[in-house]
Amino acid sequence: MEIHLILIFMIIFALAAIEIKDLLSSVVAMSAVGLGLCFAFLILKAPNLAITQLVVELLCLILLIRATINKDLPLVKDGRWFFNTISTFVFVAVFLSFIYFALKELPRFGEPLMRLSQQYFDRTAVGNTVNAITVNFRHLDALAEIAVLFAAIIGVLAVMRKVGRIHEE
Amino acid sequence: MKNNEIGMSLIVKTITRLTIGLILIYGIYISMFSSAHPGGGFAGGVIIALSFIHIMLAFGKGIALKKLTGKIIVSLMSISALLIICLAVPNFIGKDLREGIPVSDIAISLMVGMGLFLAFMALALMTPHRGQS
Amino acid sequence: MVIYMLCFVLFCIGLYGVLRKRNIIKIIIGIGIMEYAVNLFLIVLGYRVRGRAPIFSSDQQVLNMVDPLPQAVVLTTIVISLATTLLLAAIAIRIYEKYKTFDITKIKRLRG
Repeated sequence: MEIHLILIFMIIFALAAIEIKDLLSSVVAMSAVGLGLCFAFLILKAPNLAITQLVVELLCLILLIRATINKDLPLVKDGRWFFNTISTFVFVAVFLSFIYFALKELPRFGEPLMRLSQQYFDRTAVGNTVNAITVNFRHLDALAEIAVLFAAIIGVLAVMRKVGRIHEE
Repeated sequence: MKNNEIGMSLIVKTITRLTIGLILIYGIYISMFSSAHPGGGFAGGVIIALSFIHIMLAFGKGIALKKLTGKIIVSLMSISALLIICLAVPNFIGKDLREGIPVSDIAISLMVGMGLFLAFMALALMTPHRGQS
Repeated sequence: MVIYMLCFVLFCIGLYGVLRKRNIIKIIIGIGIMEYAVNLFLIVLGYRVRGRAPIFSSDQQVLNMVDPLPQAVVLTTIVISLATTLLLAAIAIRIYEKYKTFDITKIKRLRG
């Protein structure tokens, strides 16, 4: 199927984004992973999410390029190579063992349960069902989401303040 | 000629002048007609923020702040936050909001767009070059 | 089942990037890849074979539609991931400005 091809594309570009030495190239490779995710949303019949993912990906690309441009990376030699690699693979192995137990309980691909969504269908008559769920049934959730976004923006304003600190030292 | 010194080159400025209205209108369309077509409040808000960020990248910070001053940003954000709270609390009690979906989407898009533009303006204004000399 | 395993492989790549790399930008990229994997996994759980997009029209049966509830949840997740990336990038810019490096082991003068 097409979705497997797109996932393999995403995995290849994720490996490239992790492993490339140049920072600007790795940021662009991560953006390619996001573009693949946008195509996957289109194939999986979620057009709202495809639009949102594409736009958010553009914003993240501008932001990360702003963070990495004109900044050189001194070549660092990895100290404690053995210990870091061993601990990383232990974490990945623990995660995969949890997956092995969780995979038995999942439904098969292509047959969702839709136990809760049936109630939404009965009460919703407008066109876009996803937007109706977000606004008409979970509006307080949307309010909390905007609160989280604004907490992050206040955090940005607080981190970027006070330019003159370097002079005082 | 004096205008060309800050910002990007002349080609980028001309193309920006042509396309900036279309991007803004597309963002408003995405957020306003999302009850029957694909789209939503968040995508529309991010597109609106991207149009102003486009002005900021092409023309410099001063032009973008002249188009959209701080008072306008703060008043739009306050009005839309009050609107969201006024719609969210009756919905939590159990009222059906079927006719209020476009109003709520426009409020969410204004909120998200102005907030993201504010964050990018903070990242651009407080540049590290000022403190390094 | 193959598609679930591919999603988990993508998540493991992000986890490897977060745990193994020492550059702050690489850590931000790893967190972003983990978020992509989780979003894709939630959408895959709600997919129906030969289903339609969850937008009503006049000639459409309700039973033939994909599950719209994970899509509404993932919409929240995407916005929160944007907020996380914004804050992390601001902290990375600030750290480069103060210490002139992105390496996390060179940052030793932390004093609040």
